[in-house]
Amino acid sequence: MKKIKCALIGSGNIGTDLIYKIRRSEVLEPVWMVGIDADSEGLKRARDMGLKTTAEGVDGLLPHVQADDIQIAFDATSAYVHAENSRKLNALGVLMIDLTPAAIGPLCVPPVNLREHADKLEMNVNMISCAGQATIPIISAVSSVQPVAYAEIIASLASKSVGPGTRANLDEFTYTTSNALVKVGGARTGKALAIINPAEPPMIMRNTIYCETDDTPDQAAITASVLAMITEVQKYVPGYRLVNGPIFEGNLVSVFMEVAGLGDYLPTYAGNLDIMTAAATRTAEMFASEILAGNLTLKPVEAA
Amino acid sequence: MAKSKLEGRKVTFHDMCLRDGMHAKREQISVEQMVEIATALDRANVPMLQVTHGAGLGGNSIQHGRALATNAEYISAVVEKMTQATVSVLLIPGLGTMDELDEAYAAGARSVHVATHSTEADTSPQHIAHARKLGMDTTGFLMMAHLNDAAGLVEQGKLMESYGAQTIYVTDSAGYMLTDDVTDAITRLRDALNPETEIGFHGHHNLGLGVANSIAAIAAGASRIDASVAGLGAGAGNAPLEVLAAVCDRMGIVSGVDTFALMDIAEDIIVPLMDHIVRVDRESLTLGFAGVYSTFLLPAKRASARFGVPARDILIELGKQKMIGGQEDMIQDTAMTMARERGLLDAAE
Repeated sequence: MKKIKCALIGSGNIGTDLIYKIRRSEVLEPVWMVGIDADSEGLKRARDMGLKTTAEGVDGLLPHVQADDIQIAFDATSAYVHAENSRKLNALGVLMIDLTPAAIGPLCVPPVNLREHADKLEMNVNMISCAGQATIPIISAVSSVQPVAYAEIIASLASKSVGPGTRANLDEFTYTTSNALVKVGGARTGKALAIINPAEPPMIMRNTIYCETDDTPDQAAITASVLAMITEVQKYVPGYRLVNGPIFEGNLVSVFMEVAGLGDYLPTYAGNLDIMTAAATRTAEMFASEILAGNLTLKPVEAA
Repeated sequence: MAKSKLEGRKVTFHDMCLRDGMHAKREQISVEQMVEIATALDRANVPMLQVTHGAGLGGNSIQHGRALATNAEYISAVVEKMTQATVSVLLIPGLGTMDELDEAYAAGARSVHVATHSTEADTSPQHIAHARKLGMDTTGFLMMAHLNDAAGLVEQGKLMESYGAQTIYVTDSAGYMLTDDVTDAITRLRDALNPETEIGFHGHHNLGLGVANSIAAIAAGASRIDASVAGLGAGAGNAPLEVLAAVCDRMGIVSGVDTFALMDIAEDIIVPLMDHIVRVDRESLTLGFAGVYSTFLLPAKRASARFGVPARDILIELGKQKMIGGQEDMIQDTAMTMARERGLLDAAE
């Protein structure tokens, strides 16, 4: 079966883990990996896994886009360089899946709004953050039952699973995730907190979701909605698991989740890595299926 | 005869009752109370005082409790009344942001503790650099210092120094460190950091060592000490400032504060407003014994009341799981899991 060819930009934890996820896909094929350091572990590993690589950044990839028929690119660099990467690749008709907190394209959480983006033929979709991917489905499950005035999430990540880019730019993570709790989760206001825990052995990613509803929560309906949503997320992240809750106290709904990864690149504790790369892969697969079915033709985007 | 071998040593006290003390008051100190206390501290010649939600900038939340006013409201009300004291704030990256630091600066804060867990200093470069750009007196604050060794603390302290921090703190958030641990960590930092970089110590009194550890820190080269009048702070509180001031007076350590005035503030203002007497009791001693974040004390007691698991058991389990500051959600989560294991919670819940 024909597959859509993909480029991965950024050779850190996320880019490397993506290779494993995309290789497993029935509709995607990883062809290029783009880095900035020829000696980096990520580029070496990509070469070992049969990908073409460049250490010249996105500019090193551009001359090969047409010849190698690259149609989808995943950007796992940083918010600062993403806009430029996206502009250059969109101009060549390449769809961009953005895994940085840049959030220039519409925000995507697969079980909540992926269909909508595919229908609109978006050329850049943003995957928010690991914390966003892990918590927004739950907020959406609550807000689809009744109005949520305020949503707050706490993501606890194992220190070993958090790369230098995220560490140096924690505020971008906070802003982008907080905003997405509202835009995608459906809460009226939102706040995201991140904790990096160095415990050994490393702790599995944990997420706590608090929703304050306007009116007394409908406990049975919310519980059913949350459990149904967890099943949806488990379709692409099998280690997405309810630990405690939903528990109710006044208008406060609390849900305590855990995310174990598949252990592709980093061990299973790094569920944060997996939920991000799995969501990005699922998003790309939805677009790829549309392209392969002839329902979607990617077109170059004229520079504004 | 010299009063002590530290006679003449200078130290800057930094009062914590209006920040760490917020934890002990479940964030329920009013603006008026803050102004009254801060004014008294300013009059007692305390040079620095911290004013924010207990969890610092961005702290108002379900996770950390909602205070009676915004940080900007607290800060501006206090700053307006100061004649000499500098008002500082706490900023924990991942919770507080640079936008909130800008707000605090606009409200009049001129010093900041940029706090990370003791092994995660590299989450602070943006915030430290931003504080320096604003011209703030900038501290790198290494929390839960007992979860790193002295060599590790040096490495993390040097990182924060490289980002622009002017002072590096050893922060004993769990009140777990023994006096020799403090001496070792501060001595090594003093050797490794630039001579112009100051070193600070922030203690908790969970093992009753708040004052002794602060004195050990000064002896090893610390020149800034966080303490709190009447010890108003998380867990068994911080080193009680009036006690520390009295000991420093006896030893000839120069702080410039008015010790009698601090004794009066403790007795006449702080103790009467305590909801519970902040002291070493069964649960706060457990924090110091098991190495648990002091702020977990009151949420653990609440979870205990709700789910029927003794607070001490919950705290010991949190210590085993190596939970750190900011993971308050895991208190309820852990209590629920323990309650289920003990047959105290319906499995469906």
